[in-house]
Amino acid sequence: MLGVARRKLGFGLLSTTRVLPAGSVLPKKYSTAAKEITVREALNSALDEEMSADPKVFLMGEEVGEYQGAYKISKGLLEKYGPDRVLDTPITEAGFTGIGVGAAYYGLRPVVEFMTFNFSMQAIDHIINSAAKSNYMSAGQISVPIVFRGPNGAAAGVGAQHSQCYAAWYAHVPGLKVLSPYSSEDARGLLKAAIRDPDPVVFLENELLYGESFPVSAEVLDSSFCLPIGKAKIEREGKHVTITAFSKMVGYALQAAEILSKEGISAEVINLRSIRPLDRATINASVRKTNRLVTVEEGFPQHGVGAEICMSVMEESFEYLDAPVERIAGADVPMPYAANLERMAVPQVDDIVRAAKRACYRSVPMAAAA
Amino acid sequence: MSAFSAVRIPFPAVVAARSAGEKPSSHFLCSPAAAPGIHSSPLRSPRLGHPPLAVSSDVLSSQKPLGSNSSPSYQAVISRDEALELYEDMVLGRFFEDMCAQMYYRGKMFGFVHLYNGQEAVSTGFIKLLETRDSVVSTYRDHVHALSKGVPARAVMAELFGKATGCCRGQGGSMHMFSEPHNLLGGFAFIGEGIPVATGAAFSSKYRYEVLKQAKPDGLDVTVAFFGDGTCNNGQFFECLNMAQLWKLPIVFVVENNLWAIGMSHVRATSDPEIWKKGPAFGMPGVHVDGMDVLKVREVAMEAIARARNGEGPTVVECETYRFRGHSLADPDELRNADEKSHYAARDPIVGLKKYVLEKNLASESELKATEKKIDDIIEEAVEFADSSPLPPRSQLLENVFADPKGFGIGPDGKYRCEDPKFTEGTAQV
Repeated sequence: MLGVARRKLGFGLLSTTRVLPAGSVLPKKYSTAAKEITVREALNSALDEEMSADPKVFLMGEEVGEYQGAYKISKGLLEKYGPDRVLDTPITEAGFTGIGVGAAYYGLRPVVEFMTFNFSMQAIDHIINSAAKSNYMSAGQISVPIVFRGPNGAAAGVGAQHSQCYAAWYAHVPGLKVLSPYSSEDARGLLKAAIRDPDPVVFLENELLYGESFPVSAEVLDSSFCLPIGKAKIEREGKHVTITAFSKMVGYALQAAEILSKEGISAEVINLRSIRPLDRATINASVRKTNRLVTVEEGFPQHGVGAEICMSVMEESFEYLDAPVERIAGADVPMPYAANLERMAVPQVDDIVRAAKRACYRSVPMAAAA
Repeated sequence: MSAFSAVRIPFPAVVAARSAGEKPSSHFLCSPAAAPGIHSSPLRSPRLGHPPLAVSSDVLSSQKPLGSNSSPSYQAVISRDEALELYEDMVLGRFFEDMCAQMYYRGKMFGFVHLYNGQEAVSTGFIKLLETRDSVVSTYRDHVHALSKGVPARAVMAELFGKATGCCRGQGGSMHMFSEPHNLLGGFAFIGEGIPVATGAAFSSKYRYEVLKQAKPDGLDVTVAFFGDGTCNNGQFFECLNMAQLWKLPIVFVVENNLWAIGMSHVRATSDPEIWKKGPAFGMPGVHVDGMDVLKVREVAMEAIARARNGEGPTVVECETYRFRGHSLADPDELRNADEKSHYAARDPIVGLKKYVLEKNLASESELKATEKKIDDIIEEAVEFADSSPLPPRSQLLENVFADPKGFGIGPDGKYRCEDPKFTEGTAQV
């Protein structure tokens, strides 16, 4: 309790001089040489710039203000924009999510942070019933420009209730857009797009990626940078097999592609970026080129993102397939706590390599399959 | 039927504490104010030290536990025009709902249809005091709130008929009435779901003024959230009472306590049946009022709306009322006993207002008849309009899923199209 009081006092002193919004927290001058920033910095700077550009944008959630964000994504924002625009809420997901939705009905642009997306279960009624469906039910009279964001997917050692991927859940719902960034470029460009978008966007980050650094171009660092929603990115070109992935699994897919290349298999890695709308065109174009497909996701297999991609390829490119589609997904169990079991419950690089080889009709040694 | 359902728990003897003169001692409520907000901001004004009001209209000071036949004694005098406006609005609500029942049984409308009969004094008493800029958030029992807020009867009727001319082009339905020009924000079909949304609307009102510096010539835009007694046992009610008072939002929480949540008696569902007491528990005034008396409702509403408008924060108003029909038209209504029904039927708010108007010579019997005739005509016209209106075209099916553009649409090949609909054009080419 005393600690909390001290912390508050500290910020209180800082905040007596409120800093006016003044551009990005990113360094203004950057060289043309590739620079690296972390996903955390990318998200923070995207939030900062969008809040600076539009006073209708505000951030609310648990610990986003004085604590600077449970994962420090909102670091410095309270100081810069004050408590009217960076709102620490009580621990009441249903309440504050609904309040965000109601504020969006009036044209404000709330960014609602869930400490993790697991807690969004407490507020899923508002995400689906109050936000996603209102534009349709009101025949276009009430639009809901809101972003629900926070870490999603398996974290490390936190057990079943804190380790789950919600991509397929939210991607099931008409009226929602579901984005899932992998790199710093994705995080910056997609979060800015989400905030500017006139519709409700579910923005699925990954806790384990926050601290990872990625090279970014000067264009990505520009405050006007923004990525299109509904467009995938080909992270690595290839010609023998297509691997689709999103979020953390893109990194695994790239690692798998590297291993495969040493064995003469050229894998094309697609970073989905947008789960809904799904970039069917890019996926199908790639499959028509490689004739083989491996889908990778951390979530549960049944009715998952891979299932949807598989159906899309069946519908549009069936005659191009030279092998059955391979699906890599999380194990169909609640996340176990024990580290060894946990590792088995989420896809690993080896799983992707093995599936790609199967798709290419390369023999897979039994040892590797075990 | 369980053994418990026959048991009626009498109200605890706290009637005296409800009188306007007595305020509960609330030293514990002041303690958070001892540590003033570090960031003083308009949205986070420090808790005021004054004890919260806990007032009640005096209707319940009789011995009857749930209701009273005490004759009204109004402080505020209403004008002839006001009386006629209230009468017209209540009759509109009643006749409209009666017509809905007819149309439902004739198969013109479908699904769940929840009628408002008997509760008109609440909708009229509050909403007729609001301006267009003020918002109303309702529940699945929302037709009459829409009408009171000014949505034309023909648009509501056409919506119920599922026609393209409805206020939501047939995409909303009975439980989801929206009207952007009237600031009617729905129509929420889940218990408690509307309360956070309404609180958010109130939040945006304050945000527009405090942060966006938009002018508020005559005070803040006020949001009125309507919900029932059953909702008051749901957590979202408490979460929002807390945040609304914490941030001093311009909202009025109106509990339409019709004593029954479908077939669950209020006293069988709630540990302390006096809902108005939840207001003081969160540091805001809680008021109990006879919801069968439009003038009493109006009097309480005036004060609560004024508080909200002046930036003094939220109020909980518990309106004790009764629905004259089942929960929905599909409800056989077998659990409420005949004595209770006839007790409240005798307190019909429309009959009550009529009696008052005639006693006070505010209008003549023939003038009230003329009003009824006018409403009859409006309802007839609404039904004709709805019946003759076209069904939504096939092309409408995929519209309005998103604000921009108007849905995914159907591709040239006639298939559902789900490719990049160019929702957000980025600056980067992928």
